[in-house]
Amino acid sequence: MSSQGMLEGADIILKALVDQGVDTIFGYPGGAVLPLYDALFKQNKIRHVLVRHEQGAVHAAEGYARSTGKPGVVLVTSGPGATNAITGLVDALMDSIPIVCLTGQVPTHLIGTDAFQEADTIGITRAATKHNYLVRDVEDLGRTIHEAFYVATSGRPGPVVIDLPKNIQVEEGPYTGSPKLKHKSYRPQIKGDLDQIRAAVDMIANAKRPVFYTGGGIINSGPAASQLLREFVRMTGFPITSTLMGLGCYPASDKQWLGMLGMHGTYEANLAMHECDVMINIGARFDDRITGRLDAFSPNSKKIHVDIDRANINKCVHVDIPIVGDAGHVLEDMIKVWKSNVHQPNKDALADWWAKIDEWRDRDCLGYKQEGDEIMPQYLLERLQDLTKDKDRYITTEVGQHQMWAAQYLGFEAPNRWMTSGGLGTMGYGLPAAVGVQMAHPESLVVDISGDASAMMNIQEFSTAVQFNLPIKVFILNNSYMGMVRQWQDITYDGRYAHTYSEALPDFVKLAEAMGGVGLRMEKPGDVDKVIKEMIKNNKPTIVDCRVAVLENCFPMVPSGAAHNEMILGPEDVETDREDDPTLV
Amino acid sequence: MAQDQAIFQHTIAVLVDNEAGVLARVIGLFSGRGYNIESLTVAETDHDEGLSRITIVTSGTSMVIEQIKAQLERLVPVHRVQDLTTDGPCVERELALVKVSGTGDARVESLRLGDAFRARVIDTTTDSFTFEITGASSKIDAFVALMGPLGLVDVSRTGIAAIKRGAESL
Ligand SMILES: Cc1ncc(C[n+]2csc(CCOP(=O)(O)OP(=O)(O)O)c2C)c(N)n1
Repeated sequence: MSSQGMLEGADIILKALVDQGVDTIFGYPGGAVLPLYDALFKQNKIRHVLVRHEQGAVHAAEGYARSTGKPGVVLVTSGPGATNAITGLVDALMDSIPIVCLTGQVPTHLIGTDAFQEADTIGITRAATKHNYLVRDVEDLGRTIHEAFYVATSGRPGPVVIDLPKNIQVEEGPYTGSPKLKHKSYRPQIKGDLDQIRAAVDMIANAKRPVFYTGGGIINSGPAASQLLREFVRMTGFPITSTLMGLGCYPASDKQWLGMLGMHGTYEANLAMHECDVMINIGARFDDRITGRLDAFSPNSKKIHVDIDRANINKCVHVDIPIVGDAGHVLEDMIKVWKSNVHQPNKDALADWWAKIDEWRDRDCLGYKQEGDEIMPQYLLERLQDLTKDKDRYITTEVGQHQMWAAQYLGFEAPNRWMTSGGLGTMGYGLPAAVGVQMAHPESLVVDISGDASAMMNIQEFSTAVQFNLPIKVFILNNSYMGMVRQWQDITYDGRYAHTYSEALPDFVKLAEAMGGVGLRMEKPGDVDKVIKEMIKNNKPTIVDCRVAVLENCFPMVPSGAAHNEMILGPEDVETDREDDPTLV
Repeated sequence: MAQDQAIFQHTIAVLVDNEAGVLARVIGLFSGRGYNIESLTVAETDHDEGLSRITIVTSGTSMVIEQIKAQLERLVPVHRVQDLTTDGPCVERELALVKVSGTGDARVESLRLGDAFRARVIDTTTDSFTFEITGASSKIDAFVALMGPLGLVDVSRTGIAAIKRGAESL
């Protein structure tokens, strides 16, 4: 029994979560979180999704967060529970996903004694999180949780760890803080500097060969930012491209859309970046997968960069007009300034620019031939796009060729519909992420585009899907290779396939069945539509083993260390003895 | 290009919440991103507000220095970052305790030099002196070098404390 106005630590934690609007947490129990699990057992406001590995818990929470715009919540035990979560935390850090991760810890008086399942979680996660907390006093508990949510979700979002010693979970204390609580000093800049915005709009209005280069910052800002982006892009009539992280911020079916840019971006998007005179970067960070060789990156352009994180500005690429602020707020101000100055884009120059872009488009860089008995992966994804595009659809991916093909051949019309590991490139992300997405959207079609190697990374989470009746579809482009690594071996190691063949793959159909789901398989181009339709109809967790062309590579490609105008468009452009420059990633 | 690549030394003052792990966060940032730390001092400076001041001497190209400041600013417990090298003139001081051991002429000479450097003797035995010396780091370097042949046995330096000249606060 608790004395007047006092609660046990575990109840304070749950009350704070409920007050934050949390309805779902992804977790895995253990000794150091038993009090918290006992408190969960006694309530029914929060659903707990039992994963099969703590890495899966974090990716599931990421999928939940990215598809809802709300923070994802994770609960794991001390020691191995916390260390298993690290990959997920770094993934969320790299891709700016708001996560609050509660970790159990040994009781405070045992910290530092190498107690059973003790790990220095705060030390280990310091570089894996945006911020972390060790709660040493139950009086700080409520306030710390609220502050953690504030930190995770404000400014550039990211993962926050709260380490909770076992004794704190049972000690009694007052409930402190509230969801309105902010950090006492942490106030990221949201509004952009108006003079800089005016200067940017002037530059935009005078551009002759402009391009919008957009990224995940627009998605993170919320759906309103995507709406404002659409408005502004249409007002100006400029072409627009986006990073892998930004897909969906602008509709892929629109005529001003150039497709994704970067290492596996389209010819037209990359050449537009290379040849532009004004680049308008909103919510992207000049990642090396985007820029290619830095000293040859868009050599003749003036650059505007809108980013909520000042540390991204002038980090890799020097820009002419930096604007620190939230993408949505800055876009709103840009539109206001554009309207009040009655700006008109330079129609003639733009017409010439579009004519040039249309020539690049005519190269049809994503063209492929579906002939013979093998299913071409591009064809497969194009059919998937056609058969699912009108559905309420969410896509997650693993990492590899299939991920890049998905980005190229699936079209996204709205934000928050595309969940992929961009910054860290984590194989094993997509399946648990799909679990998180499906928890948030039980009626929607959730497909994890996977590869045979990636599928094996977190396959255990398929059991989670079975347990919670989550009809996720694990759509495996099975080429029996770690295709993307093999592609690099083709290009720079003369085709010596060191350990990239997937030996001893399971029978994925039987595997699905053994785990309590449904397994489907396709082997010939003629199977494709039938099996996809069967998959869509099926209301159970499903694995689809799609046997695709084994040695197909993913193009276009800007090889590591090349410039945007040195793209490889197809296998005929590949010199197999390209040097793998170890000074580059 | 050459101008961009030139490396300069900067002294940066950082006001932080005096909470567990804050120094590890700052140091981890420097080691994780490959920045140099040439000197580091930290102590609580405002007990009521729970604030500490960290003074870091680092070096890098202007782009790297800008990065360092931006990266420091985005740490949650950091209140303010000031580049004392670019934000107008500042004064910098370091304190060192320097122990020399010896007898005879060397001992007399060390005392004489200590006097010239305005070092104070804060501990003495019949065969040792410990000097306290304050000043610019270069002055301390010079003093330590002079003590070398005179029986230098131990040095403890605080690292640099720095503050902006004039009435303004951090
Ligand atoms: C956890 C992890 N380990 C290693 C890698 C390196 N890696 C990148 S792509 C890839 C191969 C992926 O193979 P598969 O899932 O079969 O997809 P494919 O490229 O064949 O479509 C590997 C090993 C990674 N991204 N993540």
